[in-house]
Amino acid sequence: MTSEAKANNDMSKTATQTNIDTVEDASTTPDAQQPWAELGLKADEYERIREILGRRPTIAELAMYSVMWSEHCSYKSSKVHLAQFSENTTEEMNEKLLVGIGENAGVVDIGDGWAVTFKVESHNHPSYVEPYQGAATGVGGIVRDIMSMGARPIAVMDSLRFGVLGHPDTLRVLPGIVAGVGGYGNCLGLPNIGGEVVFDPCYQGNPLVNALSVGKMRIEDIHLAKASGVGNQVVLFGAKTGGDGIGGVSVLASETFDANGPAKRPAVQVGDPFAEKVLIECCLDLYAAHVVDGIQDLGGAGLSCSTSELASNGDGGMRVWLDRVPLRDTSLRVEEILMSESQERMMAVVEPAKLEEFMEIAKRWDVEATVVGEVTDGEHLEVFWAGELIIDVPPRSVAHEGPIYNRPMRRPAYLDALQASVPDDLARPGDGEGLRAALLALVASPNLCDKSWITGQYDRYVMGNTALAMPDDSGVVRVDEETGRGVAISTDGNSRYAKLDPFAGAQLALAEAYRNVATVGGVPLAISDCLNFGSPEDPAVMWQFAEAVRGIAQGCKTLGIPVTGGNVSLYNQTADIAIHPTPLVAVLGVMDDVTRRTASGWKTPGQVIYLLGATADEFGGSAWTQVAHDHLGGLPPRVDLDAERRLGEILVNASRQGLVAAAHDLSEGGLAIALAEASLRNGVGARIWLSEVCVRDGVDAFTLLFSESAGRAIVAVPRSEEVRFTDLCASLGFAHACIGVVDDEARTLDVQGQFILPLDELQSAHTSTLPAVFVSR
Amino acid sequence: MRIGVVTFPGSLDDHDARRAVRVAGGEPVSLWHGDDSLCDVDAVVLPGGFSYGDYLRAGAIARFAPVMSVLIPAAHGGLPVLGICNGFQILCESHLLPGAMIQNDHRTFVCREQRLRVENVTTAWTSDFAADDEITIVLKNQDGQYVADRHTLDELEGEGRVAFRYVVDGPEVPASLKFDRFASRNPNGSYRDIAGVTNERGNVVGLMPHPEHAIEEGYGPSLDGLKFFTSVLRSLVNA
Repeated sequence: MTSEAKANNDMSKTATQTNIDTVEDASTTPDAQQPWAELGLKADEYERIREILGRRPTIAELAMYSVMWSEHCSYKSSKVHLAQFSENTTEEMNEKLLVGIGENAGVVDIGDGWAVTFKVESHNHPSYVEPYQGAATGVGGIVRDIMSMGARPIAVMDSLRFGVLGHPDTLRVLPGIVAGVGGYGNCLGLPNIGGEVVFDPCYQGNPLVNALSVGKMRIEDIHLAKASGVGNQVVLFGAKTGGDGIGGVSVLASETFDANGPAKRPAVQVGDPFAEKVLIECCLDLYAAHVVDGIQDLGGAGLSCSTSELASNGDGGMRVWLDRVPLRDTSLRVEEILMSESQERMMAVVEPAKLEEFMEIAKRWDVEATVVGEVTDGEHLEVFWAGELIIDVPPRSVAHEGPIYNRPMRRPAYLDALQASVPDDLARPGDGEGLRAALLALVASPNLCDKSWITGQYDRYVMGNTALAMPDDSGVVRVDEETGRGVAISTDGNSRYAKLDPFAGAQLALAEAYRNVATVGGVPLAISDCLNFGSPEDPAVMWQFAEAVRGIAQGCKTLGIPVTGGNVSLYNQTADIAIHPTPLVAVLGVMDDVTRRTASGWKTPGQVIYLLGATADEFGGSAWTQVAHDHLGGLPPRVDLDAERRLGEILVNASRQGLVAAAHDLSEGGLAIALAEASLRNGVGARIWLSEVCVRDGVDAFTLLFSESAGRAIVAVPRSEEVRFTDLCASLGFAHACIGVVDDEARTLDVQGQFILPLDELQSAHTSTLPAVFVSR
Repeated sequence: MRIGVVTFPGSLDDHDARRAVRVAGGEPVSLWHGDDSLCDVDAVVLPGGFSYGDYLRAGAIARFAPVMSVLIPAAHGGLPVLGICNGFQILCESHLLPGAMIQNDHRTFVCREQRLRVENVTTAWTSDFAADDEITIVLKNQDGQYVADRHTLDELEGEGRVAFRYVVDGPEVPASLKFDRFASRNPNGSYRDIAGVTNERGNVVGLMPHPEHAIEEGYGPSLDGLKFFTSVLRSLVNA
């Protein structure tokens, strides 16, 4: 900085910045009392900071460490368990993995020189406090993660969990969250192609907003978050820094809601999707011009995170002049500037020779860009304010060498009783009339009803590449306009299963997402996960977490697909009541030509309906026990990942060879719900016969219709392909049985010998639930 | 034939509009909001999106973009211009088309496959349709409620300038649509179910739904959108 410019800066800022705590001050007043506890640090953590620095930290350093060592940023409670993901990854699994865990998002090779990056991330606590902005900035944040890999974002998805439908707080939270997801994503021009909405009392005080984004790039265009090359310029660009979201990470995401409420509750960020849309286009022009050496988005922990991570990932140090940061509010203190989570900001590392071109591109998009620092040799992250050194730390100690806890774990005391409370004795429907009533109750239940009141508020067509979206099994988008090559993605998670057995529950989430991708014809390639749990300080929660991670890690090994990254959200509880463990899994698959995707609804009368997989009496955690008896107990369905793999192979090959016209996975609500959904999708009915499979599997009609055994799907096969299809199943030794035929004449779902349901009646039950609660409001 | 597609900051469907021009057999040309040049194109599409963040009012700022300073006189001179969604809002704000768009009456964003009736097949953008053709294309908007004073509406009706109307089933909704939230009403509260209008000369057309998302097998509800673009290409050849 020229002395003149510095003088200008000094004049404009020093008026509001008195009593700056400098590194020199820290050395001369070693015993000054510091608010480490208020910033969420533990006594031993504060001591470690003093040890690292060999002195007390300055206030700015303290702010930086506190936010970067928070649970949300440091993964301090989860790290020891997450290591299982890499330990269980084999060479073969990594074949398609271009960038793995630890970067902003994982990157997968999908062939023909194309790479895709995807990740799912939580924004739970902010969305409870301020539903619209919390959800909107959740979408904004994950999209910036994707951008910072060098990719163009091409789609979003969202998995939402709410308390009881109709509860006053759900009525407050849900419309805001849905409007926020839509308001931000629609304005960004990203199609929303899927996700889930689940209601359960366990989320009453703690809704979950997990947002996923996927992006595409050519393999040679991958960018990483690292600052290297001495003398390279550090450029902050995008929105100005304001007072929103200060301490959001450390306070909101790392403390539990209790009756008294944390002091900094309103620290939610405010989003401006227009600014982000312009930032996306600006970034893509910058990448195309090859003027970006390293890039990082500003999300949780703001400048503290971006500067320390860039420097830590690089091979040198970094010098930052904090007083150059453009501010929306000049009364912000230095530590607030460092912690602010103002949205729509990015940080790039740029070679000096390319700086002018960088600035010209930013100007074309009216994006403010400011050189705020430079890469140095040595291993210091130095931050100056008005010429004074206020931060001097080893960047790795902030970004990557935070505390790691091996927290105590204990199998929850409730588990034995819960697992012993098997659903075997619950009253079951005994005749066709009872089965009919059970199906009507299930299709109308909040978790299985039609969600179009929600999904109709999301733009699923923008970009013109959407080949499939909700309510089909996976979202499918084209990546390459020439060939039609593209990706299929599904997110799944069933916390009732996970509550009964977190290991099996996590594997069932993985299995369902895998199955959903295969159902539409995608070859599963990789997963991302979002692990939503209660407080890690509760040994029972920590046990749930460890079990779920173990389940996913081992499951991925069996299925042969790697974990590419994800997110952990802890402290999801109100007072001492934690949510059900909610491991959410997103599976990404590749398709050579997305126009060949298999949709969930049948259309053509005369096609034959096959049930793939075997059915056992498995009702633990099932939708039927919840809807009919408000019961949760027993064990979740048995997991057989080898069977899932073979089923996936059948579904993918059948899709490629044109053997199936429709396919739908069986999950919550079992065969009955799958038949209803496949019929309602296009308003085309079916005649179904169950007796043959009942005899084969040794189950009654009720069990065959409503059990939730995993590893099953239904398909509609054109008669001309029936032999080839059954040969395919037989060659893989997979159970398959013809259970019916598509029949449009009567517009009914006719389960022969049991009941006949007119599609209008089924449709009415299915579609009335959400509008009845929300439309009149 | 060269068809320009303007990109404003916040435009979302510009790429899609260029694709539609290409699929229809035209040559798409990117136009930039900040340039006061139309690059000698033969027609222009103002695409959907949220130009300038829809700040102030949808289309209100875009109207003053440098590119509009050349587009408005060219449109008065007969240049074919199609405004889709945000583009329609910009055309109204520019007074190239009458009326205005306000927030959907139900106050939520709506994205759906929408049936429309083509009521004027003499415009530059609709000549490949037959009168009263029913088409299904994508509708997606937050501020899609078309409003105008009664005099203007009567004039539009009288002159046959309502180019597209939402197909709304009366009380006798077909069984298959009975549970569609918007089957018995138009999806945004537009006056007289108007989905799109044209100027007197028929060269400027604006509509809320998105023809550019119904041009390729496998990626939209139909191929009905293609005729908008083949219409203008044919009208340019014939001109």
